[in-house]
This record gives sequence, structure tokens and C-alpha cells, in this order.
Amino acid sequence: MSSLQQYIDLYRQQQPLLTKGSHPLINAHRAAALQFLEACGLPTRKDERYKYTDVAAVLEPDFGLNLSRLSLQFDPRQTYRCRVPGLGSSVHYVVGDSVAESNVLIDDGSLFVGPMVEFAQRYPDILRAYYNKVEGDSLAVLNTLLVQDGLVIRVAEGHKVADLLQIVNLSVGSVPMLANRRQLIIMERGAEASILNCNHSATRCDNLATEVVEAFLTEGSHLQYYSVEETTANCNLLNTTNFVQQKDSHLDYASITLNSGLSRRTVNIALEGSHAQTAVSGLVLANDNRHIDNNLLVVHNAPLCSSDILYKYVLDGSSTGAFAGKVLVNAQAQKTDSQETNANLCVSPSARMFTQPMLEIYADDVKCNHGSTVGQLDDTALFYMAQRGITPEEGRLLLQQAFAWDVLQRIDLLPLRQRLMHMVEERFRRGAGACGDCVMCGA
Amino acid sequence: MLEIHDLHASVEGKEILKGINLCVKEGEVHVLMGPNGSGKSTLSNVIVGNPQYTVTAGTITFNGKDLLAMPPEDRSHEGIFMSYQQPVEIPGVSMNNFMRAAVNAKRKYQGLPPISGGDFLKLVKEKREMVGLDAGLTRRSVNEGFSGGEKKRNEIFQMAMLEPQLAILDETDSGLDVDALRIVAEGFNRLRTPHTAAICITHYQRMLDYIRPDIVHVMLDGRIVRTSGPDLAYRIESEGFDWLKEENSQI
Amino acid sequence: MTPSDNTFVRDVANRDYEYGFTTDVETEVIERGLSEDVVRLISQKKGEPAWLLDFRLKAFRHWQTMEQPSWAHVELPPIDYQAISYYADPRGRKRKSGPQEIDPELEKTFDKLGIPLNERLALSGVAVDAVMDSVSVKTTFKEKLAERGIIFCSISEAVATHPELVRQYLGCVVNYRDNFFAALNSAVFSDGSFVYIPKGVRCPMELSTYFRINAINTGQFERTLIVCDDGGYVSYLEGCTAPMRDENQLHAAIVEIVVCKDAEVKYSTVQNWYPGDKEGRGGVYNLVTKRGLLKGEGSRLSWTQVETGSAITWKYPSCILQGDNSVAEFYSVAVTNNHQQADTGTKMVHLGHNTRSTIVSKGISAGHSQNSYRGLVRMGSNAHGSRNYSSCDSLLLSDTCGAHTFPYIDVNNDTSVVEHEATTSKISEEQLMYCNQRGIPPEEAVALIVNGYAKDVLSKLPMEFAVEAQKLLSVSLEGSVG
Repeated sequence: MSSLQQYIDLYRQQQPLLTKGSHPLINAHRAAALQFLEACGLPTRKDERYKYTDVAAVLEPDFGLNLSRLSLQFDPRQTYRCRVPGLGSSVHYVVGDSVAESNVLIDDGSLFVGPMVEFAQRYPDILRAYYNKVEGDSLAVLNTLLVQDGLVIRVAEGHKVADLLQIVNLSVGSVPMLANRRQLIIMERGAEASILNCNHSATRCDNLATEVVEAFLTEGSHLQYYSVEETTANCNLLNTTNFVQQKDSHLDYASITLNSGLSRRTVNIALEGSHAQTAVSGLVLANDNRHIDNNLLVVHNAPLCSSDILYKYVLDGSSTGAFAGKVLVNAQAQKTDSQETNANLCVSPSARMFTQPMLEIYADDVKCNHGSTVGQLDDTALFYMAQRGITPEEGRLLLQQAFAWDVLQRIDLLPLRQRLMHMVEERFRRGAGACGDCVMCGA
Repeated sequence: MLEIHDLHASVEGKEILKGINLCVKEGEVHVLMGPNGSGKSTLSNVIVGNPQYTVTAGTITFNGKDLLAMPPEDRSHEGIFMSYQQPVEIPGVSMNNFMRAAVNAKRKYQGLPPISGGDFLKLVKEKREMVGLDAGLTRRSVNEGFSGGEKKRNEIFQMAMLEPQLAILDETDSGLDVDALRIVAEGFNRLRTPHTAAICITHYQRMLDYIRPDIVHVMLDGRIVRTSGPDLAYRIESEGFDWLKEENSQI
Repeated sequence: MTPSDNTFVRDVANRDYEYGFTTDVETEVIERGLSEDVVRLISQKKGEPAWLLDFRLKAFRHWQTMEQPSWAHVELPPIDYQAISYYADPRGRKRKSGPQEIDPELEKTFDKLGIPLNERLALSGVAVDAVMDSVSVKTTFKEKLAERGIIFCSISEAVATHPELVRQYLGCVVNYRDNFFAALNSAVFSDGSFVYIPKGVRCPMELSTYFRINAINTGQFERTLIVCDDGGYVSYLEGCTAPMRDENQLHAAIVEIVVCKDAEVKYSTVQNWYPGDKEGRGGVYNLVTKRGLLKGEGSRLSWTQVETGSAITWKYPSCILQGDNSVAEFYSVAVTNNHQQADTGTKMVHLGHNTRSTIVSKGISAGHSQNSYRGLVRMGSNAHGSRNYSSCDSLLLSDTCGAHTFPYIDVNNDTSVVEHEATTSKISEEQLMYCNQRGIPPEEAVALIVNGYAKDVLSKLPMEFAVEAQKLLSVSLEGSVG
């Protein structure tokens, strides 16, 4: 049976159960999703954007799904702490793919943070207008077919959210599980918010998460969205993140992969209104036989927009890194300013890096450039350090850390930046899986 | 303190040092002069253990220990410091982190516990003031965006932090204006004790006005061809190296 | 746009492709269509040995299992491979009068193209193999080169005179299974040049092949094989033109180069196939596989190309850096105007230790054209201490064209360094204005700026070619300002 077929069959058999645990507005998209999947199948390595990751193999195992929405008898608040010191934050947990019952739902007219099913009941028109509006590939469509609930963050016009909104996604289960997570973020005109999305694991079983994040940045809105992946080798992730930006909107996006199994992130950013700005960053630290693939597409559809992309990888062990970043400038997007940098360090003989920075340009009045390097640490700097008495190991650590921090410098929120810098340093000093002060890691 | 015996060294297969003998005792300041390409910088790089240089023959001992058997960081821990002609820029690594790593590595070598954050900052402040280094510079990345003078001053600052027994100043005076030179030299003089020594590589007399050497050596084509008192430096300043070259070719 | 600009554009739009004439010679053309019988017929016409027919048939059978590739950023219409004739011999029936006696009409054609085949009139220091349609009509200075042991002749002749060399090297760099067009070429290749430089010999003159498509509805499938033995050196030039025809013509060539220990090969191309008319009618489909194997230690290979012609270009001159310390270079200027589409670049596959490669690509797009750089740099797991530097720049001259960059970088060890940078920008209005203010008209100013932009690459060409290439850049871009 093909990887995909098992999910199609599951859907056919379990449709009543699946839809019962969801909402009619979410269920309304499943028929088209099924049709699409049956016609198109899963992407293969012959598809340009999946050249380095075999999606079918990731979906191959016989995972269990929590279709009947069983309560997992698991209160993350009792066992899990993932705090950013010095920053007020409201934390929202997603356990497996269920929005945790212990969460405090926020709905005060200016801000909504809560389950998608709940949002659909309270604001059906808004959900209808935004849910599943961005065309995705088969992976995103598979999520649409199977997802039951998700998290909605809506910031009303002109509202500036003071606290950091933190979402903690936990992989759980005593058997191999598939979690289908969804986030819908609606930034109304002039709204501002910062979101920290963390992925952690609370299970030793193999598991897979499909995630679809849809975020809409209406005119003049500002969104900072940072995603930190710090799970374990048995947690695989297939993430699709779509941002649609209107006029004068600002997006800061960063994904930081500190520890994980196979991780694939597809990030699509559409700049639909003039003067929209986007800064996209990525940091990957990989060791052992990890496989980390970031595939980015930034489409400029309006004039006078800017995009600034920086991705860095440090590859150790026999890990594989893949990066593809395409900037597509359509004919109407005159005066586009775009730059892209991808720098990679291979620090072990069997680490592999595949990188493709791409430009596709159909407008003439543009300033676009990209640069990409794959290399090693600077021997001259290492020797200079040795002359000052710093051992080669410590010297390498300092240089790798400096290389990685470069990405974190782009994070505006100082406490968060410092927290992430600390996590990166810990990751380098103590290896993967030791973030220092949480119960889960046992550290 | 430092004894070099019949040292031969090459870089990329080409022999640069062709039998160096040199003995530096506690409290002494030696000056190494010589035209470009005579092997001055090679000698200092070999002493600190730059892997680009291959020692093909000879010995170097430091306080009786075989220096050539040690990795560069241990030579540093033993008390050898080289001030670079062109200090290396290390983007992203802050001076504070860099120095703290260096100080703690030395303390570990000496069997001491790591320095506390407060003590470290106090030490930095004290040494910084001693060499006149701007406070902002220690928060920036190592040498990145520093002016030529700031880089040199930063080298002397690091020297003050690490308190070496033997300092090698590789053209520390080049690229400095008179005021900067005075500050650097004064900083250096303040660090001198009866138990420390220095080897100073220079083209210019003016550095020597400040640091008053005991012994002057002239290098030509990979050998030390003349060793004498400070007067030798004055003669070279006025007459250049040609007379030595001639003398040497007659031998 | 000012009215004067308008006139200027109109003036230039009326300009013709300089090499668009046809030659009226009696040409022997075989029936259109492709089958095993046609492959056998080509082989029989050329009087080939059984091993070569066998090679062709294997390739043909493999080709039948393949599909035309679609990954390039070009819109290649489906080609009816049965509507093409696979063999055209302009020497017609006069052929029997001796292989080196040449029809005066053909000689005139090449004269007109600036390629005199008469050795007394020829450019000093350049030996030419002139190929029209499917056959080599004349190779100059053959005897003079033979004195030094250099073999320079058509590949058909080499099959007869040096079968052991051809058999040893044919297909050893580009296997017939390599890609769709390589398989097609391996099945039906007609003629092309063969060069062998013996051990320690520096070829005293530039060798060159001039390709000309003349006959209607024929495809050209030439095959060039260059072997440079230990310590040898050769500089090789390739030029090409075709008549203006409303139909598209197919050109699917293979160039294979083997560079042995400490040997050096420079391969320069000025490609000026008919690009089609202003509306995009006609023009050559240039679908070419070029690859060099840097087999020996310390070997060097450099590709330099100036691509101005063809309706569609699909071409990636590549290097396999197998020998330790081998050095490869790729320098390219690709100009597209009107409705031209180019997808070109290189592959640098590093296998040996301390290998070095450099890529410099300059794309210039105008009109409604699409111009893409596509390149692969791969550092194999044993390519310790290897380096690559790539720089890909695109210049945009109109708001209806496209400029694209698709680099692929694969690194499989921790001692290699790969650096890639790319920029895309519009031609500078300040520069144009500055030229205008100094009295230089727009068309000249564009030519001036573009030539300056492409200078790094043009300077790599042999002298005779560099001048021609500069002229060509100016002509190709006429009508692109406004």
C-alpha cells in the first residue's frame, strides 16, 4: 500500500468519527482535499521542491491518529516549563494535535487565542474567509484532509499585543502517532503581535507531525513569528507555513532547529501589497544522521517590497542539510529589493549540504542578489585563539556559536534573543537534547 | 628563559630559517631587526607554533621545557604571548567572551577554578585603563571594525590580561601615529617586571626610544648575522642594512 | 519613451540576421523520419565499422525509452522527430571526385561567413574544420599539424584512420544514456571534429570547427571528440551560423573532451545560430551536451562561451575534475533578445583532491526573452581541499524579459569551500545618461556598457574571437533600449 493510500483509506473508513471531532467549516474542505490527493499523489524527489526529502518514506510507517479526540490525561503545565525569562508571555499548549484543555482561552474582542473549533462557532464568517485560503502542495492538502482542530490567533484592528504569545507543541503517545496540527493567524489592519512557536517531545515513540500555518498580514500589520524546534531524533516534522502580506505589513520570521528527527519546512511568503517587508531567517544545528530541509519561496507580486533572507547551517556527524530559497519577482513587482544569504559549515567529514539559492525575475527595475557558501571554520582565527591559550575545542565552539548567533541577532525581542543564544550555546556545549532547564530533557 | 638552538624552519617546502641560535634571559628586552623576508616573522610564528611553518631541525626550550612538543595553546599557557602584526578579525565573537575563554583556559592549565563574572569584569576594567583601550571596544567582536591603532592597542590589552612571561611584539609599532605608539609602548613598559622578557620585531628606531632594549639582533636570509648593544639599532636607522649585507657576503 | 527612441527601435527591428542567407548546392538528403533503418543507413553511408553501428543502435534503442526533458526554464515545443531528416550531404553527388576537393559554392559560402577554407587566404594560426549540415567539407592545415603528430580531422575520417583512438574515447565522457539529446546524438550523429594532441605537444595553432546548417528540415547532430594526452596543450574554437528559416531547426550536438595528466585544453564557443525573427518565428533549437573529463593529475580545462544565437539554448558545458589538483573554468556570456530562451550554465563535479573550479556567468536579457543560469557544483566525499568560486550576474534591459539563477551546490566533505554569489540588476540609467550626455547614442551606449559588463569573459577568448564576439553582442542587443 502506498504511503498516501493508507491515509486516504483511513479517511474513507473513519470519516464520521473524524468530522465529528471537528467543525463543519473545517469539514467543508475535505472533499476537495481528497480529490486533489487522489489526482496528484504525494510529491516525489523528482519534484524540484522535494529533491532532497523523500516525503513518502516519512509517511510510510503505520501511525496511530487520535481521531476520537481522547483526552490524553496529560497536563503539560504540571510537567513542562519552557519559559523565556524577562518576558511576559501567555503560553498555549498543543498536545499531540489537540489544543490542551488546560489552556486559558482568550477572547476579549481585541485578541482571540484558542481552539479553531471554538473560533468557528463564535466567528464562522471570519473562519470561512481565511481558513485554507492559500493553495498548498499535497503535504498541506493531506493536513487539510485529516486535521480536526487547530489554534487560531486573531489580533483585531489596531491592537498591539503586549505579551509574547507562546505556543508549545508537544509530541506525545505510547505508540507511534501522527499529529495533524494547524494554526491560523489573522493580523487585522495595523495589528501587532509576537509569537513564539516551540516544538518539544514528551514521548520516546517514533512520531510524525504535519503542520500547516496560515498567516494573513493585513495592511500595516506587524508580525514576529519565531519557531523553535527542539524535539528528539524520533520526532519527524513536515511543516508548511504560508504568509500572505498586504500593503505596508512587516513580517519577521525565523525557524531555529536545535534538535529533531527529519525536519522539512516549506515556507511560502506572498508579498501582495506595496511596501511590504519581510525578513526570513533560519538556523539549523544538526548532528548524527539528522536530515533538515528548509524550502523557501518568496513571491514578490507588488512593487516596492523588500525581502531579506538569511539561513545558516552547522552540520556535524553524518547529518544532511538542504536549503532552497527562491525569490520570484513578477512583472508588476518593480523596485523590488531582495537579498538572500545562505552560509553553511560542514564540521565533520561525512556531513552533507545541498543548497540552492534561486532568483527568478520578470521585472527589470530590481535589485536582487544572493550569496551562498559552504565551508569550514577559519584556521587563522583558530590559531589566533590558540595563541591566546584557547584550546582548539573551545575555539571551534566560540566560532560556531558566533556563526549561529548572527541569525539570532535579527530577533528584535531582546529577552527572547538572549534566551535563544543561551539555548544555542548549551546545544553546542552539551550536545543535542540538553536545553538545560526543563523537566522533559531530564537535565 | 628561552633558548633556541640551530633552528631550521620552512614554509610550503621553502627553507626560511637556516640555523637560528638565540638566548633570552629574564628581564631582557631583545630587538630583532632585518629587511623584509629575512625571517623575523617566521621566527616568531615558529616560537608560538603556527602550523603553517614546519620545523626541520633544531630545538626551542622555554624554562627548560621542550616548546616544539607543545600545541600553541599550551605555549600560551606557559607564558608566551605574540602581539600580531595584523591582528585577526573574528566576526561574531565578542572581545569579552574571547578574553574570558582565554583567561579561563589558562587558569584551568594552572589548576585554578574559572574566574567569576564579577572578577573578570573588574580585571578587564583595570587592564583596559592601563593600556587606554576604549570601553566600547571590549563589547565588540574581536578586532572587527577596529582601526589599525585600536587593533594594536587591543593586542597590548590582551597581553595585560594574560600576563605573559615572554612577549613577542611583531611590528606592533607599524601603522601607529606617535601618540598611539607612546601609549602602546607605555602600556608595554608597565607590564615589564624583572621576571619578564620581550622580543620586539621592528623596522623603526622610534619604538626603541620608548622601550629601551638590552640586545639588538640583525637577521639576514634566515640567520642572525649580528648581535650587539642598542647602538646597533641607531646605526641601522641611519645606514640601513646594506653594510651588513656586504660584510656578510664577504664571510 | 521619447519619439526618437521609437524610431530607433523601429530602425533596428528591421535589421536582418547577417548570416541568414542560404547556399544553393545540390544536397543529398535522406528521407525524413527516424527508425533503426535510418540509423543503419547513416552508418552505411559513412562506411562505418560494425562496432560503431552497434554503438548507434544501442543508443537508439535507449533513446526510444526516454522522454524529452522538461526541467529547463524554456518552453520547448514538442518536437516531431519523424519530421526531420537526419542526414544531409551538401557535397551531393560530386563526392566521388575526392574527399578534399571542395565545391566552389561551398567555399564561397564559408568565405562569406568569414571562414576562408583556402589555406593561403586563411587566418594565420587557425586551422579550420568546416562542417555543413551533416558532413565535414574541408579541414585545413591537416598535414602541417600531422608533422607534430597532431590529428585534426573530421570524426568520420578518424573512424577510418584511427579507429583505435575513436573507439577508446567515444562515449567515455558523455555516455549515450546520459540524457535524451545525448542518446539521440549518439544514434544519429553525422560529423564533427576529432582532435588528438600527443604527449608533450603544444598545438602551434588555434584549432577550430565552423558549423553551418544549410539544408531545410534537417537536424544537425555533430559530435566532437578532443583528446589531449599527457602534458599537451590545445586551444579550440567553435563557431556556428544558420540560414533564416521560418521553421525551427534542431541542433543536438555532443562535445567530449579528455584531458590527461598536466595537459590543458581551452574550448571557446561563439554561438550565433539563427535566433528566429522579432516575433519568435523560426530559429535553431540548440540542445547540446558538452563535457570534459579532467582525467589526469594537474589537468586543466576551460570553457568559454558567448551565446547570442538560437531560439532555444539548452547547454551546460561541464567538467568532471577527476585528477588531483585539476583546474576547471567556465566563463559565459549569454545574451537573449526578442523571444529567445536560454537555459545555460555548467556542472563542476569535483572528485579529486585539491581540485579548483571557477564559474563566471553573465546573463543579459532584453526584449521578451528568458535567460537562465543553471549550474551544479558538487564536492565529492573524496574531493578534499577543493574549492569553487561562482559568480553569476544578470543584467536586465527590458521590463518584459526574465533573468533567472538556479545554482545547485552539493558538498559532501568538510574540507572543501564553495562560494557562490549572484546579482540581478537593471542596466544603470545613470551610466546610460552619462554616455548620452557625452554624445554617445543609446544603442552604442548599451553596447558599450554591456561589453564592459561582459569583459571578464570576453577577455578569456582568443583574440580573433574576442573582436567578433564584441561585435556580436552589440548586434544582438540592438533594438533592446527604450
